[in-house]
Amino acid sequence: MTDLDTLIACPNCDALYTVAEPDAHTRAVCTRCHTVLISPRRNAGLRVIALSSAAVILLIGASLAPFLQINVAGMSNSATIFETALAFTGGPLLLLSLAVTAMIVIVPLVRLLLILYVMIPLVRQKPPARGATGAFRLAESLRPWSMAEIFVIGCAVALVKVADLARIDFGPAFWMFLVLVGIILVQDGMMCRWSIWKALEDSRKS
Amino acid sequence: MVDMESAGGQPKVVTARSSGLLACRRCAKVWPAGTERCGRCGSHLHSRKPGSLSQVWAWWIAGFICYIPANLYPMLKTRMLFDVTDATIIAGALELAHHGSVFIAIIILIASVLIPLAKFGAIALLALGVGRQTRIGPGRRHVLYELVEYIGRWSMIDVFVVAILTALVQLHSVASITPGPAAIAFALSVIFTMLSAQAFDPRLIWDLDAPEPGVNEDQPPRVTSANAPVQGPAG
Repeated sequence: MTDLDTLIACPNCDALYTVAEPDAHTRAVCTRCHTVLISPRRNAGLRVIALSSAAVILLIGASLAPFLQINVAGMSNSATIFETALAFTGGPLLLLSLAVTAMIVIVPLVRLLLILYVMIPLVRQKPPARGATGAFRLAESLRPWSMAEIFVIGCAVALVKVADLARIDFGPAFWMFLVLVGIILVQDGMMCRWSIWKALEDSRKS
Repeated sequence: MVDMESAGGQPKVVTARSSGLLACRRCAKVWPAGTERCGRCGSHLHSRKPGSLSQVWAWWIAGFICYIPANLYPMLKTRMLFDVTDATIIAGALELAHHGSVFIAIIILIASVLIPLAKFGAIALLALGVGRQTRIGPGRRHVLYELVEYIGRWSMIDVFVVAILTALVQLHSVASITPGPAAIAFALSVIFTMLSAQAFDPRLIWDLDAPEPGVNEDQPPRVTSANAPVQGPAG
């Protein structure tokens, strides 16, 4: 059994390697399909926690504050992210509303909270929280459905579409959301999945 | 048999399957064959995802069916004073081009017409290439797979634009925008193609490239770091 602990298989092409943990700032890459296998960073855990906490606060703030404001001929209307997400009302469009809400607010929020739940005990070198493996597995499978960054680009496109119809102002939530997307991208790049799984396993054993 | 890949000078790579092992796709841990669940992350273990290709095709067909009404029906209904206009995706982009935003129109056409079609083509190509010697080598097909996985989500941008406009442009009598039936069809199409790409097991791309079971087992696998290669002899 210990023999298998020293092996790592590329999740994308099944190539088998002996684990040789690279130094910080270098990466172990599959020679065949170039999937990054291990990419440790110094103090990554603490940074991931800091960034995730900041992102949670920003996400909550950004959901409640006005996001975009439109002015046309003396009339104005402003929308929060929640209003945007719930824009489709009535009939089958309600389902779409729920899906959009999930993808731009709820899934990112749930992922951040799950990651915090998993990472905080790890960094404090405590035994993992209850159900930590399941929590991290869920966070990972939700990853493709977290679409905050796509929503930001969507805003840019929407702005251009109505540019000649009306004047649009960014509300405070827009800037919060923009920072949030940056933070999520940095946080995501900082997480080495293999190291986290290994740490979870090791701390459970000890 | 002429092997196109080894003709290119690529050494045969030892895989978990050829060593009689099972790899976890989520945490990369290796288990003896016959293990049901990964002891590290709890995922179900399969040497190759069972029924991968049938799932890929099922979602693919569902996505394609939804893509047709997504283009035929209006995406947005714009009402300005007494003037109501319906615009499909393509008509909307052409209208933007008329108003002078040619660049944005091109981006919208690429994002919501070209990329979805290319995605259908790419997934079909990947699925059809499994178990066959294709002219496109596994390396390039793998790049295609990663591209599809990465780009898939970005098609959702159109749905978000509709949501933003609908929430924002509600100015009573002056102007209002409501979503058309294409919005939901388009969203479903994007979701189904994402599921189709997720159902694909990329390890299938490499299977013809792998050595026969039991062969080459003594060849040491190695870990290469981005900067300097680190050699690790197999245990």
